[in-house]
Formats: sequence, structure tokens, C-alpha cells
Amino acid sequence: MTVPVHLRHDETFVLNLGPQHPATHGVLRVKLTMDGEYIVKAEPVLGYIHRMHEKLAEGGTFAQFMPNTARMDYLHALAFNHGWALVVEKAAGIEVPERAEYIRVITVELNRIASHLLWWAAFLLDLGGFSPLLYAFDDREQIIDLLERVTGSRLTYCYMRFGGVYNDIDQEFITGTRAIIKRLRERLPRLYHDLVTHNIILIKRIKDIGFITAEQCRRYGATGPVARGSGISYDIRKNEPYSVYPEFDFDVPVFGEGDSMARYMVRMHEIEQSMRIIEQALDKLPGGPVMGKAPKVLKPEAGYYYVAVETARGSLGYRLVSNGDKSPYKLKLRSPTFSNLSLFGEVAEGMLLADALAFMGSLDLVIPEIDR
Amino acid sequence: METSIWRALLYLVGLMAFAGVNAAWLGWCERKGAARIQRRIGPCEAGFAGLLQPLADGLKLMSKQLLVPQGVDGIIFRVAPILAMIPAITSMAVIPFAENVGARAMELSVLLLFALASIGMIAILLGGWASGNKYALISAARSVSQSLAYEIPMLLTVITVVMISGSMNLRDIALNQQGGFWHWNIFRVENGHFLTMWISFIIFFICSVAETNRAPFDMAEAESELVAGFMTEYGSMGFGLFMMGEYLNIVVGACLTATLFLGGWDCPFGLTPGIWWFLLKIYVLIFTFIWIRWTYPRVQVYRLLNLSWKILIPFSLANLLVTAALIKVF
Amino acid sequence: MGLVERTQAALAGLFPEPASPAAPQTEEGCQGAASREAGVLVTDQARHGSHLDVLCRLDQVVEVARVLDREGYFLESISGVDWLDKGQFEVIYDYNRLDGEHCRVMVRTLTDRSDPAVPTIFGVFPAADWHERETFDFYGIHFQGHPNLTRILLPEDADFHPLRKDYMP
Repeated sequence: MTVPVHLRHDETFVLNLGPQHPATHGVLRVKLTMDGEYIVKAEPVLGYIHRMHEKLAEGGTFAQFMPNTARMDYLHALAFNHGWALVVEKAAGIEVPERAEYIRVITVELNRIASHLLWWAAFLLDLGGFSPLLYAFDDREQIIDLLERVTGSRLTYCYMRFGGVYNDIDQEFITGTRAIIKRLRERLPRLYHDLVTHNIILIKRIKDIGFITAEQCRRYGATGPVARGSGISYDIRKNEPYSVYPEFDFDVPVFGEGDSMARYMVRMHEIEQSMRIIEQALDKLPGGPVMGKAPKVLKPEAGYYYVAVETARGSLGYRLVSNGDKSPYKLKLRSPTFSNLSLFGEVAEGMLLADALAFMGSLDLVIPEIDR
Repeated sequence: METSIWRALLYLVGLMAFAGVNAAWLGWCERKGAARIQRRIGPCEAGFAGLLQPLADGLKLMSKQLLVPQGVDGIIFRVAPILAMIPAITSMAVIPFAENVGARAMELSVLLLFALASIGMIAILLGGWASGNKYALISAARSVSQSLAYEIPMLLTVITVVMISGSMNLRDIALNQQGGFWHWNIFRVENGHFLTMWISFIIFFICSVAETNRAPFDMAEAESELVAGFMTEYGSMGFGLFMMGEYLNIVVGACLTATLFLGGWDCPFGLTPGIWWFLLKIYVLIFTFIWIRWTYPRVQVYRLLNLSWKILIPFSLANLLVTAALIKVF
Repeated sequence: MGLVERTQAALAGLFPEPASPAAPQTEEGCQGAASREAGVLVTDQARHGSHLDVLCRLDQVVEVARVLDREGYFLESISGVDWLDKGQFEVIYDYNRLDGEHCRVMVRTLTDRSDPAVPTIFGVFPAADWHERETFDFYGIHFQGHPNLTRILLPEDADFHPLRKDYMP
């Protein structure tokens, strides 16, 4: 919906959406200037769960920061683990055994599926559909159980180490993973698509709502499913391959419409691609150790390092500046939703409140990751 | 009809009890139904299968302080929840549960029911307005526009029923449909013509979902948009009364649908008519309400209004004309 | 001509005297930051994560952003670094591309620590809005010309800049 011509900017009121509001899924606050139910101006206010992880990084050693990485994006924590391990390994020149990289990819992709499932659940909740939440949690729970077996935690993982992973996977994990993939392959078309994706109410609610152009993505630095929903084929796993991703055959789902439906479809297809990656990784899984040789005290060479990984929400960047000391001199976290959310103000202008909230849901916000 | 004080008292107590029990245990039914749909167990701690849960909820709500926030319109704020409850209970008075079970068989009972339903809408408007909360205000505005939009097609379809029954008395309308499901208004055959009453039924049912503010038309309390809508500032029994009013509206809506279209207390096979058939029908309808709510996401507010003004009203008008033509012309 | 060379050529116009091609990035590290001439350096992507390392003067920041905007880059992040012993703040802009070809450009500039001020690139990339506010929030670096340079993550009444190396809580 566009702004009606009679919109009078002198008859507006301010609606304070958040920091406690059911649709912001966390402590995001949006200052909305409204004209009736139309949004004249939307201004996100951040920082309610800011914990200054960057300062914490400077205070400890490289290894001590590993648990912190999982406290940012608690839904795709393993990707944050992975990125931190990769940047330090790059800086310190640590070799990782191949098996460890395979295990990293398997766990990260499992975590990505869990993250997308939870997004789906929360998005449907935003749209007022409650039952899908429980269905998705049912599936997600199984993935989390599996990851708990191997990583030791359910949400805030500290699984990766510089030079490998902390725990090897066993046969039970492998059979469990295959079983989950089989289960999801059955349930995705039947339950997720038949019940929800093809539902006329859902289609009417998210199709042609919240258009983001490719140029807007570029100007605001939006990445991940948001960019891929706007016709940009940008996935770090393909564009700037890291870890063992080049060895797998998978597609990057791209939808050109740029509306909320496109972003929805991108994520649903990504679940299938992640399952493909996991299957291939399980097939090819090499033997050997899961932990390489890493020095006890890490003192990377002085210099500038940057590593980007693809999380469920987009491009996560670790900008590490080292001065040769045993703690990072400077660590900047480039979190994907921070950039993705920055275009909310521009796009939400002139939208109806209900549509804007559906649009916000389609951005897949994780507030602790924005606020760091 | 002979009236005595005892009869009036009996019905007063009986209807209040019926309303109270429904308002409380429909909440339980809804939670259990939702749980079944979502593959959960639902309430199971308080009593057998959680059957005492409504009592626990009621006790909790009653033991809470009734908070009246600063800056609200105190009187209206207190009156609104009561106003939501009263019309719903009053409506029960004219509903014929069986041939001889019904407090009052008024001549214009259909009209009375719709008049009372509008008061329920005013309660939401007052509650939202008096709260002094922007979410509540938006919700109140939505609620009024929604009620206005859906009362029109609802009344238009009711006119078709009144036309073929020749009465505005719910009891007469039900009596008119006795003798098996082929006599029910929904499958009505008049002068050898099969009437389009099933269209009326569908329109009426959609409208009653919308009129009772149930998902997928729960614009007024869209919790992911408007927090809790007009109930945002209410706690304690203020909230409790709104909830009970909502459930009672569902009961009244189901009773009305059953009486107008599904033969009231008539047995589908023309055998033993009685109150149990009526109850069975309304609970099947109520289950359908619950089923719909836990299956579909919420529609947008403007699509909701479009649905009424652009689809339901033209259809119900055409339906009215066709029905009139079939009855009178042929 | 590869993308890296093309970008290098586009940026070369801003830096009249050619940057010394010797001195590989690894040797200079952070110490070299201040001593190095302004210019464009090709760095080893496998080692450092970026293809080009551009050190520019303060007045060139906006121009560099314009050139990269023209070339189709997007702003990935802005980070500050506090070089306390040299009395300088460094601002790092990370640029990247969204299309198939991959080239990551790190643009750095240095500003005086006593009166840190850097021109804003908000006019070129709206993405810079929040990133610049964050850098201002943490380091107190003033981005001149920014329309709304207020705190973003810290409380609005905070009177400190926590990522400065001399900040003591």
C-alpha cells in the first residue's frame, strides 16, 4: 500500500513500538510517526541489549573470546564460532585437519536449518498464525538435541577451537542427522508448504509487501536472504569460498521480486540446500584427527585481517587488527542484521503498521546480534 | 405463554449458569483444542485433564488488583468490560434451546440479537478509547470499522432467512425447519426450487467469525501488531470479563447459526428432536471456530474490509434478490 | 583486466605519486600504518582477507567512497582503531561487492587523537549512517557533516567512549 494523497503530516502521532513488544522479538524499539495506521517515519532505536563484546575481546586472549561469539546471534551461533576460528587461524597461520572442517560445515549447516526453522516459526507468529510455531519447534528441537550431543550445549555453542573442533562426531550423530534430513524432506512439502506457503491469507499478506530493490541492498549493505530476495546472487559460501564449501555442490536460491514473499522463499529453499550440503559432507567425511596443532599462546603477526562467513542472516565479518600481542588489539564485528535493519526506515515509510511488522519479520532480526 | 416468577427465576439462574460455564470451559476447550492441533497436551495439571484450570484462572484473575492507570477515563474504563459481558448474556434470553426450552420467545428476537451485538462493539470502542493508550485506540477504531462492515452482509443474509420463514421470531424460524435435515434452511426447497441458502450460510458464518473478533479476523486484539489491542491496559477481572464476553459472543453466534440455518433443535434424521441436538450443533460450530483460529494466519485490516465491502455485500445483495425472486416470482 | 586491477586503476587517479610497490603489507603491519605513504597496495587476500589496502588522507575519504560507489561496491562496515602510543585514530572502511566477482577493499585513514574528525560518507552510502554513529559512539570520532551524529548503541546520556584505549570504566 502506498501513502494516500490526503496524508497530513501535521496530524501525526508517535507510536512507540518496543522495546517490549510481541513483534520485535527482543528489545528493539522503533519510534514510529504515524498518520492513522500509516507510517510516516520509522526510526529504529538500538542498544537495549548492548554488551560491548568488542571491548571484552580486547580484554582477554583470543581463545577467551570464543564463548562470547555465541552470545551474539544465538540462533546461528556456530557460524559465529566458525568465523572467529577462521579469522584467528588466518592471522596465526594455524592448519586445520580436513575432518575438522567437514564437521564444522555439518554442524554450521544444521544450525542454519534450525535458525531458518525458528525464523519461519516466529514469522508466522508475527502474522498471527500460532500453530506453525509448534510444528517448526518440533523439528528444530530434534536438530538441537543432535547438536547438544556433539557440542555439549543447546544454544550458545562454544564448539570450535583454533585448529579444529572440540569433540569428534560419532556414528549415532551421523545416523541421527540422516534421519532428520529424511524427516524434514517429508515434512517440508507436506506441512510447511501445503499448510502455510500456499495459504491464500499468507500469500496476500506477504506478497508485494516491503519491496527492497537491489540498489537499496547495495547502498545499505544488506546481505544474506534479504539481498538474495532482491535478485542479488550473493552468498559468501560461493562468492568468497571459505572452509571446505567449494567441495560441495549446492545452489544459491535467488528470487528477484524483492518483496517479503521472495525473502520467505529464499529461506525455505536454503533449508533444502543446507540439507544437500550436509548429505554430501556426510558422504565424503574423511577420517583423521579433529584437532590440529595450535600453539598454547597465540600471538598472531601484527596486521589487518578480515574474514567473512555466511550466517543465516547474511554476511558476518570479523575485522581483526593485531599488534602481535596475545589479545586482539581491535576487533570489529560486522553483524549482518545491523546493516539489514538500517534500510527498515526507508522501506517502511508509507506502509501500514500491520504490513510494516510483516516486513520487519521478513528481515529476520536477532536483536543481540544487532546490539552486540 | 404463561409466566410465573418461578419460571423467570429458573431461566435467569439457568442462563447465567449456562453462560458462566460456557465462558469458563470454552477457554479450556480452546486450549485443549489448540493443543491437539499443535500436537501438545495442553492444560493437564489442575484436576483431571486440566478441567479445573478455568477455576484456577478465574481465582487468579479475581485475586489481582484491578489497576486503573493514571490518565484514563475512570468511569468508562470500568464500565466497558461489564458492557462487553451484559449483551452477550442478555442475548441468551431469546435463544430457543428446544421447543419448550427458551426464556422468552419474542416476536422480534432476531432484531433484538443484532441490537445487542452492536452494544458489544461499543464496549470495545469504549474500552479502547478510555484506556488512553495508542494501541488500544487503533484497536478500537479497527474494531468499529470491522463491525460496521460485517453487520451489513450479516443482516442481508438474515433477511433471506426471515423471508422464507415469514417470521422474526427465532422459535418460529426453528419450528419452520422441523423434520430432518432436508427441511433445514441451509438446504431449503421452496416451490420446487432449491434456494441458494447455502450461500447465505457461508456468508453468515464468515460474518459471525468476524463479528466475534476471532482469528483470522482478530484485528482488534492482533497481538503481534497491537500488543493486546483494546485490552492492553486491562488486568484482573476487567480482562477476564472481556475474555468471557468474547467466548459468550461465540456461543451466541453459534446458537444463531444453528437456529437460523441448521434447524435449531431438530434431529438431522427427523427422529427425536431435543435440546441435545441443539447443543451438539453449537459445539460443532464452536469447534469449527477454534479450528479456524488455530489454522490460519491473520488477514490484513484493509483486506478484511475489502472482503466485506467488495465481496460479501455484493454477494449477499445478489443472494437476497435471487432468493426473493425464487420465492415470489416462480 | 581483472576486477582488482580495474579498481586499482580507478583509485589510482586520486593518488598522484605512485605508492611504493615494495614493502609488502605483512612487514609494515600496524607500525607501518602511520609511516606509509597514501596510496593503493595490493594485498594477499588469502592471508589478510582483503585484496586492496588503500591508505588515504582525510580529505580523500569521500572521494574514495565516490569512486568505489561508481565501481559498484557496497560499504560493509566502518571500524575505528585507537593507536594510543602514536596519538592517532584510524578509521577502516571495508568495501565489498555484491555481484559475482569478488574484491574486498580496505580503506584506511588516520586522524589526530586530540581532535578526531573525519568527513562523513553518508551522502555516498546511506549504510554509513549507523556505522558512523557506532564509531562515534565507541571512539568519539566526529564525522563532519553527518545529519544525526548521536549515540546508537550506548545510552544517550553516556559521557565516555569505551573503545578508547585509555578508557577506564
